Amino acid sequence: MIEVSHLTKAYGAFTAVDDLSFKLAPGEILGFLGPNGAGKSTTMKMLTGFLRPSSGQIRICGHDVAENSIAAQQCIGYLPEGAPAWEEMTPLAFLEFIAEVRGLQGEAGQQAIAAVVDTMSLTPVLQQKIETLSKGFKRRVGLAQAILHDPDVLILDEPTDGLDPNQKHQVREMIKGLSKDKIVIVSTHILEEVAAVCNRAIVLAGGRIVSDTTPAELFAQSEYHGAVSITLNDFSRLGEISDRLLDLEGVSDIRVENNQLTVLGHEHLFRAVFSMAQTEDWPVNAVHVEQGRLDEVFRKLTEGVAA
Amino acid sequence: MNMTVILKRELRSYFSTPIAYVFIMIFLVLSSVFTFYLGNFFERQQADLIPFFSFHPWLYLFLVPAISMRLWSEERKTGTLELLMTLQVSRRDIVIGKFLAAWLFAGLALVLTFPLWVTVNYLGDPDNGVIFASYLGSWLMAGGFLAIGSCMSALTRSQVIAFVLCGFVSLLFVMAGFPLVLDAFKGWVPLLVLDALASLSFLTHFNAVSRGVLSLQDFFYFLSVIAVWLGATSIVLDMKKGE
Repeated sequence: MIEVSHLTKAYGAFTAVDDLSFKLAPGEILGFLGPNGAGKSTTMKMLTGFLRPSSGQIRICGHDVAENSIAAQQCIGYLPEGAPAWEEMTPLAFLEFIAEVRGLQGEAGQQAIAAVVDTMSLTPVLQQKIETLSKGFKRRVGLAQAILHDPDVLILDEPTDGLDPNQKHQVREMIKGLSKDKIVIVSTHILEEVAAVCNRAIVLAGGRIVSDTTPAELFAQSEYHGAVSITLNDFSRLGEISDRLLDLEGVSDIRVENNQLTVLGHEHLFRAVFSMAQTEDWPVNAVHVEQGRLDEVFRKLTEGVAA
Repeated sequence: MNMTVILKRELRSYFSTPIAYVFIMIFLVLSSVFTFYLGNFFERQQADLIPFFSFHPWLYLFLVPAISMRLWSEERKTGTLELLMTLQVSRRDIVIGKFLAAWLFAGLALVLTFPLWVTVNYLGDPDNGVIFASYLGSWLMAGGFLAIGSCMSALTRSQVIAFVLCGFVSLLFVMAGFPLVLDAFKGWVPLLVLDALASLSFLTHFNAVSRGVLSLQDFFYFLSVIAVWLGATSIVLDMKKGE
């Protein structure tokens, strides 16, 4: 359980995090979204007890982070931004150190290390110095460190930043594969990530929560939600087709990008558009229903909010 | 418990980079040069290590900042400080653990000057109790320098600035007992202040030590210098970690 109430962090006149309140229950995977400088990292640093809030309270697993940070930190696994690690160490030595600090001695420590090495596929680089590793491996070493003691709460600051698509997929699978009684907070500015792994999304802008909802709800806020896209292979009839579509009931607007025509309107246009295309024999390659465009929702929510 | 884990990791990291070997080698070379050339070890015709120990404050003045500059600057710069401070370890354990590792390392460099002790025992019949006390005193003084350096390193992300700051503050502490400084104050400040100033000096305390007189007073002096500067380190870290 995480309870955050009226969390604020100010640096002089600048307020990085402004009166944040939310609660998370086990099983929730929260995506922290927001433009750069929105206060995502600062919030995470306060959750993990690294920074002291200017005001407000954080309780993690029943422990007040300000009063009993060590107890709170025991149930948190944290991947700081950029996955820092001591570069002169090997991943094995690094993980052994983390195990010792986390109180996993001897056999228990070895087992925990073997388990995370397996999950993160670190075997080939275990004996190499961390400074010689690729960005992807470094990130995986950082993630391994965070999940080593099987924490109830996992806080990951941009876990997939700088990874290639395969590695991103791997990290997302790892997060989804965590047991269902954990709380995960993932910060990112990659919107598909939220759709792919999270069941809750908080959008921050200027240090404040501008949206707290599910990824599905975020999609629903898009004006493209339920829109029908038609890919044409012949543009000569574009004008005629647009006119016919605008006559359809429920259609509010038509957008043309590249060779694609998007019909905006109420949610259930597909059947009408599809049958019209068939009966009038339009040169159509594909017709599909859009889920919504997250980057548009993201812009709508965060634009105009002072960073 | 966690303090020893931090200490072990830190000590290991000295030896997994060339830092340790370069430092120890330069320390050994310079301390011998000072002893034999500037200290006239042979010409004095005395079986003691005073020429060796009396140069230690000056040697430490620029060698200790070389160890201490990276203590916190590097961790802050690479972000490992954030990792360390969110790993269920108290700030006190981290500060002391890292300091002790640096101190033990300095101790090792000191121990490796043993050939000098062998030489003096071969050539004459020195008072080994005095030599042991001097070694202990020198190590304590190194701890004082290191604690100052730890605090200076916590102040900045730049190792170069940490080095220069540490050298400068250490110089103040050494020079406080120097006639040059004391004479400037003599006559117009109360004797009490003059004594206080002189008693703050590393040199005042170490001069006795280098002759093998390690009084309880000097012992506690260096320990309290270490404690005060480590306390300051902890406060500075807490203040500056958000930057």
